[in-house]
Amino acid sequence: MHLTPRRGTGRTSAVTGLAVEAEGLGRRYGRRWALRDVSLAIPVGSVVMLAGRNGSGKSTLLRVLATAIRADLGTARVALHDVRTERREVRKRVALLAHHSHHYEALTPRENLAIAASFLGREGDRPRLLALLGRVGLADRADDPVSTLSAGMRKRLALARVLLQDAAVLFLDEPYGELDPPGFHLLDRVIGELRAGGATVIVATHLLERGRALCDRALVLEEGRLVWSGPAAEVPEDAAAGGPTS
Amino acid sequence: MSALAAALRKDLLLQWRTRAQVVAIFVFGASALLLFSFAIGPHAAALRQHAAGFLWLALLLSSTLALAESFQSEMEHRALEGLLLLPADARALYYGKAIANALQLTLLGVALVPVMVVLYDAGTARLPALLGIIVLGSAGLSAPGTLYAAMTAQARARQTLLPLLLFPLVVPVLLAAVKATSLLILGDPMGQIRSWAVLLVSFNAIYWSLCGLLFERVVED
Repeated sequence: MHLTPRRGTGRTSAVTGLAVEAEGLGRRYGRRWALRDVSLAIPVGSVVMLAGRNGSGKSTLLRVLATAIRADLGTARVALHDVRTERREVRKRVALLAHHSHHYEALTPRENLAIAASFLGREGDRPRLLALLGRVGLADRADDPVSTLSAGMRKRLALARVLLQDAAVLFLDEPYGELDPPGFHLLDRVIGELRAGGATVIVATHLLERGRALCDRALVLEEGRLVWSGPAAEVPEDAAAGGPTS
Repeated sequence: MSALAAALRKDLLLQWRTRAQVVAIFVFGASALLLFSFAIGPHAAALRQHAAGFLWLALLLSSTLALAESFQSEMEHRALEGLLLLPADARALYYGKAIANALQLTLLGVALVPVMVVLYDAGTARLPALLGIIVLGSAGLSAPGTLYAAMTAQARARQTLLPLLLFPLVVPVLLAAVKATSLLILGDPMGQIRSWAVLLVSFNAIYWSLCGLLFERVVED
């Protein structure tokens, strides 16, 4: 399998083969299994929709793959690295847009991005931070405390932070939540640009129409199990409301 | 090293932005000193004798508020998780926060000294030595305190759990700091202060190295 740098970041990702592969993944919270025996394979460069009703295990699956939490059962490799034993290597190659936005309320969007940039070793890249904030429509609020931003603006800030990471594999958990219609279009455009840049994107969403238009493939979870996978265009209409019946 | 600098910058910036909280913690510490003085009554000699102990008790009680607060912003929107996923080095995050907390506690300790002087008539001319003891004592509270604050940050009863875990562990630091401060205030004819300072340095060496190693296990799932 070949490895090449992505977007000049010095980071590597597979350009052939699988970006994500999992076998028998299981995760429980207390006595309740949130993920059960999930096996999947996602090719590099594909855009995948993850559908399923609330509580079906979408967020848990994305968090396991992004190494935010550990699986109790099974194995997974992301960007060729094991999520259990090579967490740091996985983290260098993935970005997670989570329900929690990972920002500091007391700081401004610019400061939040600068902190992330400093840990990524890019503290000198200030013009890029401003450009990123402009790209997500937050340029005029760059120096206001995050606590004064609306929920949609915070989502845009979280998106800017994810883009800053320049990751090869992106996990977007309900990215459309709290966004306004211009935000929807912005996100569609960003996902299109990520696809054109060769990134692998997994999008957990209830918006099936949008998913069909944007994604190559779809996975449907129900009660923690993977119950359907196939082309996104063919994802069953009831996938976001209790899982496919056929 | 750059990760440590980034972590320290981040924590100092957060402390600066939430400085109103620091003022509130100082007022809490000063109030504690005032209440302790009421317990002794108007006995000048007794007040002087107990001044060092009450100064460190006030600092210890205030430290639990400061330490718990330092993880509030990290947990609010899972900012700490976000940093770990970048990936930021967990040890750098720990040392950045522990150093920032030690600085805050040192400032708090220094600010409480004039309050102690006024309330307990317990001054000392050896200010650099007193500053040194406050730095060492604050560092000795901050190292395990930062680790335990991270452990308890997501617990419902964190305000109770943190002191329950922290107080027994910092008894040696508290003893050494009280003894050393007391010798500075009341006089040190036998030259004992050096041995208490060495004890503080030793406990700091143990706490700072051990807690740095354990932090990753505490904050990772």
